[in-house]
Amino acid sequence: MTTVVFIGPQGEQHIADAEIGVSVMEVAIRNDVPGVVGQCGGSLACASCHVYVQSPWSTQTGEPSDMEDDMLEGAMAERRPESRLSCQLTMCAELDGLTVEVAPEQL
Amino acid sequence: MNDRVLVIGASHAGVHLAASLREKGHTGSLTLVGAEPHLPYHRPPLSKAYLSGTPMAEPVALRPESFYDAKNITLLRGERVDKIDLAAGVAVTSAGVDLGFDHLALATGARARRLKLPGDDLDGLIYLRNLDNARRLLRRLDSVRRVVVVGGGFIGLEAAAVLRERHINVTLVEAGDRLMARSVSQEMSDYVLDVHRARGTRILLGTGVTAFEGTDGDLTSVTLADGSSVPADLVVIGIGVTPRTELAEQIGLTVDNGIIVDCHARTDDPRVVAVGDVTVVPHPLEPGTRLRLESVQNATDQAAAAATSILGQDPSPVSVPWFWSDQFDLKLQMAGASSKYDDIVIRGSVAKGRFTVLCYRGDRLVAGECVNSGADFGALRRALAGGISFRRDHAADESITLKALL
Repeated sequence: MTTVVFIGPQGEQHIADAEIGVSVMEVAIRNDVPGVVGQCGGSLACASCHVYVQSPWSTQTGEPSDMEDDMLEGAMAERRPESRLSCQLTMCAELDGLTVEVAPEQL
Repeated sequence: MNDRVLVIGASHAGVHLAASLREKGHTGSLTLVGAEPHLPYHRPPLSKAYLSGTPMAEPVALRPESFYDAKNITLLRGERVDKIDLAAGVAVTSAGVDLGFDHLALATGARARRLKLPGDDLDGLIYLRNLDNARRLLRRLDSVRRVVVVGGGFIGLEAAAVLRERHINVTLVEAGDRLMARSVSQEMSDYVLDVHRARGTRILLGTGVTAFEGTDGDLTSVTLADGSSVPADLVVIGIGVTPRTELAEQIGLTVDNGIIVDCHARTDDPRVVAVGDVTVVPHPLEPGTRLRLESVQNATDQAAAAATSILGQDPSPVSVPWFWSDQFDLKLQMAGASSKYDDIVIRGSVAKGRFTVLCYRGDRLVAGECVNSGADFGALRRALAGGISFRRDHAADESITLKALL
Protein backbone atom coordinates (compact mmCIF):
# COMPACT_ATOMS: atom_id res chain seq x y z
CA MET A 1 0.00 0.00 0.00
CA THR A 2 1.24 3.46 -0.93
CA THR A 3 0.04 6.87 0.18
CA VAL A 4 -1.01 10.09 -1.53
CA VAL A 5 -1.03 13.44 0.26
CA PHE A 6 -3.81 15.78 -0.83
CA ILE A 7 -3.49 19.43 0.16
CA GLY A 8 -6.78 21.34 0.47
CA PRO A 9 -7.45 25.00 -0.25
CA GLN A 10 -6.61 26.04 3.34
CA GLY A 11 -3.40 24.06 3.29
CA GLU A 12 -4.91 21.17 5.23
CA GLN A 13 -3.45 17.75 4.48
CA HIS A 14 -5.32 14.53 3.81
CA ILE A 15 -3.08 11.51 3.80
CA ALA A 16 -4.80 8.74 1.87
CA ASP A 17 -3.94 5.06 1.46
CA ALA A 18 -3.55 4.25 -2.20
CA GLU A 19 -3.63 0.86 -3.88
CA ILE A 20 -1.17 0.33 -6.71
CA GLY A 21 -2.91 0.55 -10.09
CA VAL A 22 -5.71 2.82 -8.92
CA SER A 23 -6.03 6.36 -10.24
CA VAL A 24 -5.30 9.26 -7.91
CA MET A 25 -8.87 10.48 -8.49
CA GLU A 26 -10.18 7.14 -7.24
CA VAL A 27 -7.84 7.33 -4.26
CA ALA A 28 -9.43 10.67 -3.41
CA ILE A 29 -12.98 9.36 -3.83
CA ARG A 30 -12.26 6.22 -1.79
CA ASN A 31 -10.82 8.36 0.99
CA ASP A 32 -13.52 11.04 0.82
CA VAL A 33 -11.01 13.78 0.09
CA PRO A 34 -12.91 17.08 -0.24
CA GLY A 35 -12.68 19.00 -3.49
CA VAL A 36 -12.00 16.13 -5.87
CA VAL A 37 -15.30 15.58 -7.67
CA GLY A 38 -14.62 13.07 -10.45
CA GLN A 39 -18.06 13.55 -11.93
CA CYS A 40 -17.43 11.51 -15.08
CA GLY A 41 -15.83 8.63 -13.18
CA GLY A 42 -12.47 8.91 -14.92
CA SER A 43 -13.67 9.16 -18.52
CA LEU A 44 -11.67 12.32 -19.19
CA ALA A 45 -14.87 14.23 -19.87
CA CYS A 46 -15.39 16.73 -17.04
CA ALA A 47 -12.07 18.05 -15.65
CA SER A 48 -13.44 17.94 -12.11
CA CYS A 49 -10.50 16.10 -10.54
CA HIS A 50 -7.93 18.82 -11.25
CA VAL A 51 -4.84 18.81 -9.02
CA TYR A 52 -1.49 20.56 -8.92
CA VAL A 53 1.34 18.05 -8.59
CA GLN A 54 3.90 19.28 -6.07
CA SER A 55 7.61 19.13 -6.75
CA PRO A 56 9.53 16.89 -6.98
CA TRP A 57 6.73 14.57 -8.03
CA SER A 58 5.97 16.35 -11.28
CA THR A 59 9.05 14.80 -12.86
CA GLN A 60 7.73 11.31 -12.06
CA THR A 61 4.12 11.82 -13.14
CA GLY A 62 5.15 12.60 -16.71
CA GLU A 63 3.32 14.71 -19.24
CA PRO A 64 -0.44 14.84 -19.82
CA SER A 65 -1.80 13.34 -23.04
CA ASP A 66 -3.09 15.75 -25.72
CA MET A 67 -6.67 15.11 -24.65
CA GLU A 68 -5.88 15.70 -20.98
CA ASP A 69 -3.87 18.78 -21.85
CA ASP A 70 -6.83 20.15 -23.75
CA MET A 71 -9.26 19.39 -20.93
CA LEU A 72 -6.94 21.16 -18.49
CA GLU A 73 -7.10 24.25 -20.68
CA GLY A 74 -10.85 24.20 -20.17
CA ALA A 75 -10.72 23.50 -16.41
CA MET A 76 -12.42 25.89 -14.00
CA ALA A 77 -9.41 26.70 -11.85
CA GLU A 78 -6.21 28.28 -13.06
CA ARG A 79 -4.12 26.13 -15.37
CA ARG A 80 -0.56 25.84 -14.12
CA PRO A 81 2.43 23.94 -15.47
CA GLU A 82 1.93 21.38 -12.67
CA SER A 83 -1.80 20.91 -13.44
CA ARG A 84 -3.02 17.35 -13.95
CA LEU A 85 -6.34 15.55 -14.00
CA SER A 86 -5.94 13.07 -11.19
CA CYS A 87 -8.00 10.42 -13.02
CA GLN A 88 -5.07 10.15 -15.43
CA LEU A 89 -2.43 9.53 -12.73
CA THR A 90 -2.11 5.86 -11.87
CA MET A 91 -0.53 4.92 -8.57
CA CYS A 92 2.67 2.90 -8.69
CA ALA A 93 5.37 2.16 -6.14
CA GLU A 94 7.49 5.04 -7.43
CA LEU A 95 4.68 7.50 -6.64
CA ASP A 96 4.46 6.48 -2.96
CA GLY A 97 4.10 9.74 -1.06
CA LEU A 98 2.85 11.68 -4.10
CA THR A 99 1.73 15.11 -2.98
CA VAL A 100 -0.91 17.07 -4.88
CA GLU A 101 -2.79 20.26 -4.18
CA VAL A 102 -6.50 20.05 -4.98
CA ALA A 103 -7.57 22.80 -7.41
CA PRO A 104 -9.85 25.31 -5.67
CA GLU A 105 -12.65 25.05 -8.23
CA GLN A 106 -13.69 21.99 -10.16
CA LEU A 107 -17.02 22.48 -11.92
CA MET B 1 -32.23 18.48 11.11
CA ASN B 2 -33.31 15.19 12.60
CA ASP B 3 -36.01 14.27 10.13
CA ARG B 4 -35.84 10.88 8.48
CA VAL B 5 -35.01 10.93 4.78
CA LEU B 6 -35.69 7.99 2.50
CA VAL B 7 -34.08 7.94 -0.94
CA ILE B 8 -35.48 5.38 -3.37
CA GLY B 9 -32.98 4.59 -6.11
CA ALA B 10 -29.23 4.19 -5.60
CA SER B 11 -27.59 5.26 -8.81
CA HIS B 12 -25.96 8.62 -9.63
CA ALA B 13 -28.86 10.79 -8.46
CA GLY B 14 -29.78 8.85 -5.32
CA VAL B 15 -26.22 8.35 -4.09
CA HIS B 16 -25.29 11.95 -4.76
CA LEU B 17 -28.39 13.14 -2.94
CA ALA B 18 -27.50 11.08 0.11
CA ALA B 19 -23.91 12.35 0.03
CA SER B 20 -25.08 15.97 -0.44
CA LEU B 21 -27.48 15.72 2.48
CA ARG B 22 -24.68 14.71 4.83
CA GLU B 23 -22.32 17.29 3.35
CA LYS B 24 -24.93 20.02 3.90
CA GLY B 25 -25.50 19.04 7.49
CA HIS B 26 -28.38 16.58 7.62
CA THR B 27 -28.01 14.68 10.88
CA GLY B 28 -31.19 12.60 10.90
CA SER B 29 -31.56 9.09 9.61
CA LEU B 30 -30.84 8.54 5.95
CA THR B 31 -31.78 5.40 4.05
CA LEU B 32 -30.88 4.67 0.46
CA VAL B 33 -32.66 1.79 -1.28
CA GLY B 34 -31.39 0.32 -4.54
CA ALA B 35 -32.90 -2.49 -6.61
CA GLU B 36 -29.55 -3.72 -7.90
CA PRO B 37 -27.40 -5.96 -5.70
CA HIS B 38 -24.16 -4.18 -6.63
CA LEU B 39 -22.39 -1.39 -4.82
CA PRO B 40 -23.66 1.75 -6.64
CA TYR B 41 -21.47 2.34 -9.68
CA HIS B 42 -20.79 4.74 -12.55
CA ARG B 43 -23.26 3.86 -15.30
CA PRO B 44 -21.92 5.70 -18.40
CA PRO B 45 -18.82 3.48 -18.87
CA LEU B 46 -21.05 0.41 -19.30
CA SER B 47 -21.55 1.23 -22.98
CA LYS B 48 -18.02 2.57 -23.36
CA ALA B 49 -14.76 1.62 -21.62
CA TYR B 50 -16.29 -1.17 -19.55
CA LEU B 51 -17.13 -3.10 -22.74
CA SER B 52 -13.44 -3.19 -23.64
CA GLY B 53 -12.69 -5.21 -20.51
CA THR B 54 -13.75 -8.57 -19.13
CA PRO B 55 -17.10 -9.64 -17.62
CA MET B 56 -15.44 -10.11 -14.24
CA ALA B 57 -14.18 -6.53 -14.01
CA GLU B 58 -15.65 -4.46 -11.22
CA PRO B 59 -17.28 -1.24 -12.40
CA VAL B 60 -16.05 2.06 -10.96
CA ALA B 61 -17.91 2.52 -7.68
CA LEU B 62 -19.61 5.87 -7.10
CA ARG B 63 -18.38 5.69 -3.51
CA PRO B 64 -16.47 3.02 -1.63
CA GLU B 65 -18.47 0.68 0.57
CA SER B 66 -16.94 2.31 3.64
CA PHE B 67 -18.43 5.67 2.66
CA TYR B 68 -21.98 4.62 3.53
CA ASP B 69 -20.99 3.47 7.02
CA ALA B 70 -18.80 6.48 7.61
CA LYS B 71 -21.64 8.84 6.67
CA ASN B 72 -24.23 6.82 8.57
CA ILE B 73 -26.19 6.13 5.40
CA THR B 74 -28.17 2.90 5.50
CA LEU B 75 -27.71 1.40 2.06
CA LEU B 76 -30.19 -1.35 1.24
CA ARG B 77 -29.09 -3.16 -1.90
CA GLY B 78 -31.19 -5.55 -3.96
CA GLU B 79 -34.36 -4.17 -2.39
CA ARG B 80 -37.24 -2.65 -4.28
CA VAL B 81 -39.89 -0.38 -2.82
CA ASP B 82 -43.32 -1.56 -3.96
CA LYS B 83 -45.68 0.57 -1.96
CA ILE B 84 -45.67 4.00 -0.39
CA ASP B 85 -48.18 5.34 2.11
CA LEU B 86 -47.41 9.03 1.91
CA ALA B 87 -49.90 10.08 4.59
CA ALA B 88 -48.39 7.63 7.07
CA GLY B 89 -44.83 8.28 5.86
CA VAL B 90 -44.04 4.62 5.26
CA ALA B 91 -42.60 2.80 2.27
CA VAL B 92 -42.71 -0.99 2.04
CA THR B 93 -40.05 -3.03 0.23
CA SER B 94 -40.63 -6.19 -1.75
CA ALA B 95 -39.10 -8.10 1.17
CA GLY B 96 -41.81 -6.64 3.39
CA VAL B 97 -39.61 -4.19 5.30
CA ASP B 98 -41.28 -0.96 6.46
CA LEU B 99 -39.20 2.17 5.96
CA GLY B 100 -40.50 5.27 7.75
CA PHE B 101 -39.76 8.75 6.44
CA ASP B 102 -40.43 12.44 6.91
CA HIS B 103 -38.97 13.34 3.52
CA LEU B 104 -39.06 11.14 0.47
CA ALA B 105 -36.77 11.34 -2.56
CA LEU B 106 -37.60 9.46 -5.73
CA ALA B 107 -34.50 8.61 -7.74
CA THR B 108 -35.98 5.61 -9.48
CA GLY B 109 -34.37 6.26 -12.89
CA ALA B 110 -35.51 4.73 -16.11
CA ARG B 111 -35.74 1.34 -17.76
CA ALA B 112 -34.64 0.49 -21.28
CA ARG B 113 -37.52 0.77 -23.71
CA ARG B 114 -38.32 -2.70 -25.05
CA LEU B 115 -38.95 -3.73 -28.63
CA LYS B 116 -42.12 -5.78 -28.80
CA LEU B 117 -41.75 -7.73 -32.02
CA PRO B 118 -42.13 -11.29 -33.24
CA GLY B 119 -39.14 -13.28 -31.98
CA ASP B 120 -38.34 -10.90 -29.13
CA ASP B 121 -38.10 -13.87 -26.76
CA LEU B 122 -35.16 -15.42 -28.64
CA ASP B 123 -31.86 -15.79 -26.84
CA GLY B 124 -29.47 -13.13 -28.10
CA LEU B 125 -31.30 -9.86 -27.52
CA ILE B 126 -29.47 -7.55 -25.15
CA TYR B 127 -30.57 -4.23 -23.70
CA LEU B 128 -27.84 -2.08 -22.22
CA ARG B 129 -28.86 -0.28 -19.08
CA ASN B 130 -27.19 -1.83 -16.06
CA LEU B 131 -24.12 -3.79 -15.00
CA ASP B 132 -25.75 -7.18 -15.43
CA ASN B 133 -26.72 -6.25 -19.01
CA ALA B 134 -23.16 -5.16 -19.80
CA ARG B 135 -21.70 -8.32 -18.30
CA ARG B 136 -24.11 -10.45 -20.28
CA LEU B 137 -23.00 -8.68 -23.46
CA LEU B 138 -19.32 -9.08 -22.56
CA ARG B 139 -19.73 -12.81 -21.93
CA ARG B 140 -21.09 -13.21 -25.46
CA LEU B 141 -18.51 -11.12 -27.27
CA ASP B 142 -15.86 -13.81 -27.68
CA SER B 143 -18.25 -16.04 -29.57
CA VAL B 144 -20.18 -13.58 -31.75
CA ARG B 145 -19.22 -12.62 -35.27
CA ARG B 146 -22.20 -10.59 -36.46
CA VAL B 147 -24.13 -8.12 -34.34
CA VAL B 148 -27.10 -5.95 -35.21
CA VAL B 149 -27.40 -2.80 -33.12
CA VAL B 150 -30.90 -1.36 -33.01
CA GLY B 151 -30.93 2.38 -32.31
CA GLY B 152 -28.57 5.13 -33.44
CA GLY B 153 -28.47 7.07 -30.19
CA PHE B 154 -25.53 7.29 -27.80
CA ILE B 155 -25.90 3.80 -26.34
CA GLY B 156 -26.18 2.10 -29.72
CA LEU B 157 -23.30 4.04 -31.25
CA GLU B 158 -21.01 3.59 -28.26
CA ALA B 159 -21.68 -0.14 -28.22
CA ALA B 160 -21.23 -0.34 -32.01
CA ALA B 161 -17.85 1.39 -31.72
CA VAL B 162 -16.58 -1.06 -29.09
CA LEU B 163 -17.84 -4.02 -31.12
CA ARG B 164 -16.03 -2.77 -34.24
CA GLU B 165 -12.86 -2.31 -32.21
CA ARG B 166 -13.22 -5.98 -31.36
CA HIS B 167 -13.42 -6.71 -35.11
CA ILE B 168 -17.01 -7.84 -34.95
CA ASN B 169 -19.19 -7.31 -38.01
CA VAL B 170 -21.74 -4.63 -37.04
CA THR B 171 -24.94 -3.42 -38.71
CA LEU B 172 -26.63 -0.51 -36.97
CA VAL B 173 -30.28 0.15 -37.75
CA GLU B 174 -31.84 3.51 -36.93
CA ALA B 175 -35.49 4.30 -37.58
CA GLY B 176 -34.93 8.07 -37.83
CA ASP B 177 -33.23 9.87 -40.68
CA ARG B 178 -30.09 10.74 -38.71
CA LEU B 179 -28.02 9.61 -35.71
CA MET B 180 -28.45 11.00 -32.17
CA ALA B 181 -31.24 13.19 -33.53
CA ARG B 182 -32.59 14.11 -30.11
CA SER B 183 -29.26 15.36 -28.79
CA VAL B 184 -26.98 16.83 -31.44
CA SER B 185 -26.99 19.03 -34.52
CA GLN B 186 -27.39 17.72 -38.05
CA GLU B 187 -23.73 18.53 -38.68
CA MET B 188 -22.59 16.37 -35.77
CA SER B 189 -24.92 13.54 -36.82
CA ASP B 190 -23.41 13.59 -40.31
CA TYR B 191 -19.86 13.64 -38.99
CA VAL B 192 -20.40 10.73 -36.61
CA LEU B 193 -22.14 8.76 -39.37
CA ASP B 194 -19.06 9.17 -41.58
CA VAL B 195 -16.71 8.10 -38.79
CA HIS B 196 -18.64 4.91 -38.05
CA ARG B 197 -18.96 4.03 -41.72
CA ALA B 198 -15.25 4.64 -42.27
CA ARG B 199 -14.55 2.15 -39.48
CA GLY B 200 -16.59 -0.48 -41.26
CA THR B 201 -19.93 -0.31 -39.48
CA ARG B 202 -22.87 -0.72 -41.81
CA ILE B 203 -25.40 1.95 -40.85
CA LEU B 204 -28.97 1.90 -42.14
CA LEU B 205 -30.98 5.05 -41.52
CA GLY B 206 -34.74 5.34 -41.84
CA THR B 207 -35.02 1.60 -41.37
CA GLY B 208 -37.11 -0.23 -38.82
CA VAL B 209 -36.82 -3.74 -37.46
CA THR B 210 -39.93 -5.89 -37.89
CA ALA B 211 -38.94 -9.28 -36.49
CA PHE B 212 -36.22 -11.46 -35.04
CA GLU B 213 -35.72 -14.91 -36.51
CA GLY B 214 -34.05 -17.89 -34.91
CA THR B 215 -33.69 -21.63 -34.64
CA ASP B 216 -34.12 -23.63 -31.45
CA GLY B 217 -34.57 -20.45 -29.45
CA ASP B 218 -31.32 -18.87 -30.64
CA LEU B 219 -31.30 -15.72 -32.72
CA THR B 220 -30.07 -16.12 -36.31
CA SER B 221 -31.23 -13.01 -38.15
CA VAL B 222 -33.07 -9.71 -37.96
CA THR B 223 -35.83 -8.82 -40.42
CA LEU B 224 -36.00 -5.18 -41.53
CA ALA B 225 -39.01 -3.14 -42.64
CA ASP B 226 -38.09 -3.47 -46.32
CA GLY B 227 -38.31 -7.25 -45.97
CA SER B 228 -34.57 -7.83 -46.09
CA SER B 229 -32.84 -9.98 -43.54
CA VAL B 230 -29.56 -9.36 -41.72
CA PRO B 231 -27.80 -12.42 -40.24
CA ALA B 232 -26.94 -11.86 -36.57
CA ASP B 233 -25.64 -13.84 -33.60
CA LEU B 234 -26.58 -11.07 -31.24
CA VAL B 235 -28.74 -7.94 -31.15
CA VAL B 236 -27.93 -4.96 -28.95
CA ILE B 237 -30.91 -2.69 -28.45
CA GLY B 238 -30.63 0.95 -27.40
CA ILE B 239 -33.86 2.70 -28.33
CA GLY B 240 -34.27 5.00 -25.40
CA VAL B 241 -35.69 4.67 -21.92
CA THR B 242 -38.96 4.89 -20.06
CA PRO B 243 -38.90 6.69 -16.72
CA ARG B 244 -39.83 4.54 -13.74
CA THR B 245 -42.78 6.61 -12.54
CA GLU B 246 -44.91 3.87 -10.97
CA LEU B 247 -44.26 4.95 -7.37
CA ALA B 248 -44.80 8.62 -8.21
CA GLU B 249 -48.13 7.77 -9.82
CA GLN B 250 -49.07 5.63 -6.83
CA ILE B 251 -48.72 8.63 -4.51
CA GLY B 252 -50.48 11.00 -6.89
CA LEU B 253 -47.59 13.14 -8.13
CA THR B 254 -47.96 14.86 -11.49
CA VAL B 255 -46.31 12.73 -14.16
CA ASP B 256 -45.88 13.54 -17.83
CA ASN B 257 -43.07 11.57 -19.45
CA GLY B 258 -41.43 11.69 -16.02
CA ILE B 259 -42.08 13.21 -12.61
CA ILE B 260 -42.58 16.94 -13.01
CA VAL B 261 -40.24 18.91 -10.74
CA ASP B 262 -39.17 22.54 -10.45
CA CYS B 263 -35.56 23.65 -10.80
CA HIS B 264 -34.98 22.74 -7.14
CA ALA B 265 -36.13 19.14 -7.65
CA ARG B 266 -39.39 19.74 -5.80
CA THR B 267 -42.48 17.79 -6.86
CA ASP B 268 -45.99 19.08 -6.28
CA ASP B 269 -45.96 17.46 -2.83
CA PRO B 270 -43.85 19.31 -0.26
CA ARG B 271 -42.63 16.04 1.32
CA VAL B 272 -41.31 14.64 -1.91
CA VAL B 273 -38.37 15.57 -4.14
CA ALA B 274 -37.42 13.71 -7.30
CA VAL B 275 -34.05 13.55 -9.04
CA GLY B 276 -32.34 12.07 -12.08
CA ASP B 277 -33.57 10.37 -15.23
CA VAL B 278 -37.06 9.91 -13.79
CA THR B 279 -37.75 13.65 -13.69
CA VAL B 280 -38.91 16.26 -16.15
CA VAL B 281 -37.30 19.63 -15.47
CA PRO B 282 -37.96 23.21 -16.57
CA HIS B 283 -35.93 23.85 -19.71
CA PRO B 284 -32.92 25.90 -18.61
CA LEU B 285 -32.90 27.96 -21.82
CA GLU B 286 -36.51 27.94 -22.96
CA PRO B 287 -38.85 29.28 -20.28
CA GLY B 288 -42.23 27.62 -20.14
CA THR B 289 -41.08 24.33 -21.63
CA ARG B 290 -39.80 21.18 -19.97
CA LEU B 291 -37.43 18.41 -20.83
CA ARG B 292 -36.19 15.14 -19.43
CA LEU B 293 -32.42 14.96 -19.21
CA GLU B 294 -30.66 11.62 -19.04
CA SER B 295 -27.20 12.55 -17.85
CA VAL B 296 -24.80 12.29 -14.96
CA GLN B 297 -24.53 16.06 -14.75
CA ASN B 298 -28.28 16.45 -14.40
CA ALA B 299 -28.47 13.67 -11.83
CA THR B 300 -25.73 15.10 -9.62
CA ASP B 301 -26.65 18.77 -9.92
CA GLN B 302 -30.29 18.02 -9.30
CA ALA B 303 -29.32 15.89 -6.31
CA ALA B 304 -27.42 18.80 -4.79
CA ALA B 305 -30.44 21.04 -5.39
CA ALA B 306 -32.77 18.47 -3.85
CA ALA B 307 -30.60 18.31 -0.73
CA THR B 308 -30.95 22.07 -0.23
CA SER B 309 -34.69 21.80 -0.80
CA ILE B 310 -35.04 19.08 1.84
CA LEU B 311 -32.92 21.03 4.31
CA GLY B 312 -34.63 24.34 3.58
CA GLN B 313 -31.36 25.98 2.58
CA ASP B 314 -30.76 28.58 -0.12
CA PRO B 315 -31.16 27.03 -3.54
CA SER B 316 -28.14 26.38 -5.71
CA PRO B 317 -27.89 28.06 -9.12
CA VAL B 318 -29.41 26.27 -12.09
CA SER B 319 -26.75 24.54 -14.10
CA VAL B 320 -26.25 24.10 -17.83
CA PRO B 321 -26.89 20.59 -19.11
CA TRP B 322 -23.88 18.75 -20.44
CA PHE B 323 -23.06 15.21 -21.40
CA TRP B 324 -20.42 13.24 -23.19
CA SER B 325 -19.95 10.21 -25.39
CA ASP B 326 -16.92 8.12 -26.33
CA GLN B 327 -16.97 6.51 -29.77
CA PHE B 328 -13.74 5.09 -31.19
CA ASP B 329 -11.16 7.82 -30.57
CA LEU B 330 -13.80 10.55 -30.52
CA LYS B 331 -14.53 12.35 -27.31
CA LEU B 332 -17.86 14.09 -27.86
CA GLN B 333 -18.78 16.70 -25.28
CA MET B 334 -22.01 18.57 -25.57
CA ALA B 335 -23.50 21.42 -23.55
CA GLY B 336 -26.74 23.35 -23.65
CA ALA B 337 -29.80 22.25 -25.57
CA SER B 338 -29.41 22.18 -29.31
CA SER B 339 -32.99 21.34 -30.25
CA LYS B 340 -33.84 24.79 -31.61
CA TYR B 341 -31.09 26.69 -33.40
CA ASP B 342 -31.02 28.54 -36.68
CA ASP B 343 -27.34 28.95 -37.34
CA ILE B 344 -24.07 27.26 -36.54
CA VAL B 345 -20.42 28.21 -36.41
CA ILE B 346 -17.78 25.51 -36.81
CA ARG B 347 -14.32 26.12 -35.41
CA GLY B 348 -11.43 23.72 -35.80
CA SER B 349 -10.97 21.02 -38.38
CA VAL B 350 -13.69 18.51 -39.19
CA ALA B 351 -11.23 16.65 -41.44
CA LYS B 352 -8.79 16.23 -38.55
CA GLY B 353 -11.56 15.17 -36.19
CA ARG B 354 -11.00 18.06 -33.83
CA PHE B 355 -13.66 20.74 -33.97
CA THR B 356 -16.52 22.47 -32.20
CA VAL B 357 -20.02 23.19 -33.48
CA LEU B 358 -21.58 26.24 -31.84
CA CYS B 359 -25.36 26.51 -32.20
CA TYR B 360 -27.02 29.92 -32.26
CA ARG B 361 -30.59 31.09 -32.15
CA GLY B 362 -30.45 34.61 -33.49
CA ASP B 363 -27.37 36.06 -31.83
CA ARG B 364 -27.72 33.87 -28.80
CA LEU B 365 -25.47 30.89 -28.21
CA VAL B 366 -27.77 28.03 -27.13
CA ALA B 367 -25.58 24.95 -27.34
CA GLY B 368 -22.30 23.55 -28.50
CA GLU B 369 -20.75 20.23 -29.40
CA CYS B 370 -17.05 19.51 -29.16
CA VAL B 371 -15.11 16.71 -30.81
CA ASN B 372 -11.75 16.14 -29.14
CA SER B 373 -11.74 19.80 -28.09
CA GLY B 374 -11.71 19.88 -24.32
CA ALA B 375 -10.49 23.46 -24.05
CA ASP B 376 -13.41 24.70 -26.16
CA PHE B 377 -15.75 22.60 -24.07
CA GLY B 378 -14.70 24.20 -20.79
CA ALA B 379 -15.16 27.69 -22.24
CA LEU B 380 -18.47 26.71 -23.84
CA ARG B 381 -19.92 25.53 -20.54
CA ARG B 382 -18.91 28.72 -18.83
CA ALA B 383 -20.31 30.86 -21.64
CA LEU B 384 -23.68 29.09 -21.48
CA ALA B 385 -23.78 29.30 -17.68
CA GLY B 386 -23.00 33.01 -17.80
CA GLY B 387 -25.34 33.83 -20.68
CA ILE B 388 -22.38 34.87 -22.83
CA SER B 389 -22.75 34.58 -26.60
CA PHE B 390 -19.47 34.57 -28.54
CA ARG B 391 -19.56 36.79 -31.60
CA ARG B 392 -19.75 34.47 -34.59
CA ASP B 393 -16.71 35.91 -36.37
CA HIS B 394 -14.64 35.67 -33.19
CA ALA B 395 -15.86 32.16 -32.47
CA ALA B 396 -14.92 31.01 -35.96
CA ASP B 397 -11.41 32.40 -35.60
CA GLU B 398 -9.21 29.57 -34.43
CA SER B 399 -6.36 31.91 -33.56
CA ILE B 400 -8.48 33.12 -30.63
CA THR B 401 -9.27 30.66 -27.84
CA LEU B 402 -12.89 30.58 -26.68
CA LYS B 403 -11.55 31.09 -23.16
CA ALA B 404 -10.16 34.46 -24.26
CA LEU B 405 -13.66 35.46 -25.40
CA LEU B 406 -15.27 34.89 -22.00
